[in-house]
Amino acid sequence: MLNLVALILLFPLLGAAVNGLIGKRLQKEHVGYLACGVIGLSFLVSLLVFCGLLLLPPAERLFEKEVFCWIESGSFKSVVGLQVDPLSTLMILVVTGVGFLIHIYSIGYMHQDKGYHRYFSYLNLFTFSMLLLVLSNNFLLMFIGWEAVGLCSYLLIGFWFEKKSASNAAKKAFVVNRVGDFGFALGIMLIFLTFHSIDFTEVLSAASHGHFEAGSFTITIITLLLFMGATGKSAQIPLYTWLPDAMEGPTPVSALIHAATMVTAGVYMIVRCNALYMLSPFTMTVVASIGAVTALFAASVGLVQNDIKRVLAYSTISQLGYMFLACGVGAFTAGVFHLMTHAFFKALLFLGSGSVIHALSGEQDMRKMGGLRHHIPTTYKTFLIGTVAIAGIPPFAGFFSKDEILLESLTRGNFIYWSMGALAAFFTAFYMFRLLFMTFHGKSRLDHHAAEHLHESPRNMTLPLTVLAGLSLFGGFLGIPGASAIQHFLSPVLGGHGHTEISGAASGGHHGAGLPYLMMVVSTAIALGGIFLAYYLYIKKPELPKKLAERFRLIYKLLLNKYYVDEIYDVLFVNTTKKISAQILWKFVDVKMIDGSVNGIARLVRGFGNVLRLLQTGYIRNYAFYIVLGCIFVVVLAVFGK
Amino acid sequence: MPILTLITFLPIIGALFILSIDSKRSELIRVTALLVSIVVFFISLPLYVTFDAHTYEMQFVEKLQWIPSFGIHYHVGIDGISLFLILLTTFITPISILASWHIVRHVKEYMIAMLVLETGMIGVFISLDLFLFYVFWELMLIPMYLLIGIWGGPRRIYAAVKFFIYTMAGSVFMLLAIIALYFLNHKATGEYTFNLLEFYRLDLSFAVQFWLFLAFAFAFAIKVPMFPFHTWLPDAHVEAPTAGSVILAGVLLKMGTYGFVRFCLPMFPEASHAFIPVISWMAIVGIIYGALVAMVQDDMKKLVAYSSVSHLGFVMLGIFAFNIQGIEGGITQMINHGLSTGRSSL
Repeated sequence: MLNLVALILLFPLLGAAVNGLIGKRLQKEHVGYLACGVIGLSFLVSLLVFCGLLLLPPAERLFEKEVFCWIESGSFKSVVGLQVDPLSTLMILVVTGVGFLIHIYSIGYMHQDKGYHRYFSYLNLFTFSMLLLVLSNNFLLMFIGWEAVGLCSYLLIGFWFEKKSASNAAKKAFVVNRVGDFGFALGIMLIFLTFHSIDFTEVLSAASHGHFEAGSFTITIITLLLFMGATGKSAQIPLYTWLPDAMEGPTPVSALIHAATMVTAGVYMIVRCNALYMLSPFTMTVVASIGAVTALFAASVGLVQNDIKRVLAYSTISQLGYMFLACGVGAFTAGVFHLMTHAFFKALLFLGSGSVIHALSGEQDMRKMGGLRHHIPTTYKTFLIGTVAIAGIPPFAGFFSKDEILLESLTRGNFIYWSMGALAAFFTAFYMFRLLFMTFHGKSRLDHHAAEHLHESPRNMTLPLTVLAGLSLFGGFLGIPGASAIQHFLSPVLGGHGHTEISGAASGGHHGAGLPYLMMVVSTAIALGGIFLAYYLYIKKPELPKKLAERFRLIYKLLLNKYYVDEIYDVLFVNTTKKISAQILWKFVDVKMIDGSVNGIARLVRGFGNVLRLLQTGYIRNYAFYIVLGCIFVVVLAVFGK
Repeated sequence: MPILTLITFLPIIGALFILSIDSKRSELIRVTALLVSIVVFFISLPLYVTFDAHTYEMQFVEKLQWIPSFGIHYHVGIDGISLFLILLTTFITPISILASWHIVRHVKEYMIAMLVLETGMIGVFISLDLFLFYVFWELMLIPMYLLIGIWGGPRRIYAAVKFFIYTMAGSVFMLLAIIALYFLNHKATGEYTFNLLEFYRLDLSFAVQFWLFLAFAFAFAIKVPMFPFHTWLPDAHVEAPTAGSVILAGVLLKMGTYGFVRFCLPMFPEASHAFIPVISWMAIVGIIYGALVAMVQDDMKKLVAYSSVSHLGFVMLGIFAFNIQGIEGGITQMINHGLSTGRSSL
């Protein structure tokens, strides 16, 4: 069954090719069915592969399939090879499963769009690239997938490219990602120089078998460079700025690419390279700190945003921060677990917000919503489940994964990590319920046009919502503390119990039996506190938020403008580079200096020629004159020369 | 079958044939030119199919006496380096001709120039006799000069003259170096020849290598173009007709990097090795500089031109990394760049 793995990649690629090449001539229905069908098939094959993997004893759950040899040059070799192990299997299940639902949803959401086939072709291509990323068995092929998902993200953010803001957002996403990719590429090169291989199995086993000392300088540099790639793709500080703007794309795209799958690629990469990261306590600290800071920072921005999709975007950044925090303290399982549950509930939330936007004919501003729960009941119910899940109320999915991360950050990390995570959790509960209350509760603030066209979404949109709601409800039970199925499943990849200790760091994994339960109570209390505050401010006393905003004007402004990070980047990097390139390099160095000297030489030659030309004018009288001059010269020489 | 001779001279024969067509029948002229270039492309395909990848020796070699009194031969052959560049040339020419369908002014002369250009380009890639190489090298300049100067944009004369003189300035030094090699070879072996493979075997002192390398490198660096010899490119690119840009970016720029791999490295290995830091730094500066300047261009063709400066910098860096991966990567990048930039110019 494991041999079928190549099919998982083949189906979406075929779908993308057919829809991209002849989709224009196909009927709309067929385009949609084809696109969904190929992902569905991929999902089925993924299930088969998953079963095939389960049949093997845990220690042997690694299957590599070399499709063909791609580059062989000197000592460098790169194959196109696929790797099936618990980690990649889990990822392909999430990608194809959630992807399938989002494809179905898209049929309804995009049905009026004139770029229908283009959209599905891109979406299939994205799924293919993402699967390539997670299935590859070496760094280079992973990098190809990494770049390809970036390309698809670019294409889909700029899907409505007639809109200036959309095409700008697409460019921004691409360029910011390239900054991270630059680090990733350098990291891969350094890996090749250090390990003489880019194959995962070879590199990672070399790393885990003690050929390198913990804290080795090279490994630290490698891991930092790889992490730089991860901050780009997974929208962490300092490269997160593209993600909120990426909301210019169609909403299902935001759900698939910018919430459930692509942005988690960075987390996946770090978990995949856990043996490398384990060798560098310094990098681990960096990862955990950036994760924690991002989680808190993005959550605080999310508190005051008014665009429904932007709140979700900042929430995604914040949740990704949690995953990095988990990886950084060495709790890789918790990171992957949260990745999975987040894929469920965040996809649900994005699709739900898409359904709201669809119902309101394109309105995204929450200040112009309100009281929608009676008009779009299915959307409301599923959205409520998603909100509760992300807020971290038991027994919903988000509770288990987030609680585990908080617990691990306390036991393996330190109190600061925990308190930042806990505060971010409080913010999360608050802004998510603020969003829920502003959108679905209270008085309707709809404008006339939107109110008239208000309608529940068609079945092909509500069905994926329902399925995802189910997953958000029950997905958490895969990782119940004590009997964690996911931890057991991932243990071959992550070694031991998936809780490998950071070499050199003090072992902190042994905690008292009571602590997990205490932590559960604490995190539930934190979530409830956030919910209550949101309830108090937006349902009980709806006039209060405005007063607070007046009172704390400075902070409010700072948060509303996202700490002015975009503006600072513009001044520091964008404009400076532009100015240096245009004014100094181009206008001065290129045109004045280099070309100037080239033309200067030409002028010099011409000037010289002009002088010499006087000798050969073709006029007899000039020649006669020169002869006379010559004679005089000779005579003078003869007379005075002695 | 002498494939190499066939693909080299078929275009120029086609050009002669077009000469005999009445210049008013422009449709016929276009179709003839296109057909000739497509036939050339198909004839060049067997080169790839029958190419033997297991030997480093020259293949499809043809050697005839040309000017025996000077030891000049018509000596051609290819190896893996030139193979793909030839295919690139034969592939891009028909596309360029197709892309110039809209040309209405002097169609006959235009198509003749295109075909002669193709002969020149292929000739450069197959020559194993330095004299022959030089002839093709200069032959290629003339039609390109005319293409820019006659069918170009508003500042075409300036651009064409600049292109011509810039390149000529470089090739003069190369000619001197070729003649020097000719006499050095005679001194060493007692034989007058321009045979490249003979030159490979010459044992030159470092000082001699140094100066000869400099002369060759100057010619090639201008052609690449390497920073800071690149300023002819933006002008030529902007002013050239579209098909001219395609060929310019797609094939002509590869002549420089090809020259480094074919001539500089094997003939002057020690000097090349000594020049690694200089060339590498020039390449690195070119990569970043070209990219930064490309970023702020408003004119698309200028953007492509500066990005070419940047990308060819990568090729040079690869070649002067002096290992298999670097040189293979450099050659692959040449082909990739030929295709992608050719496309962006269209």
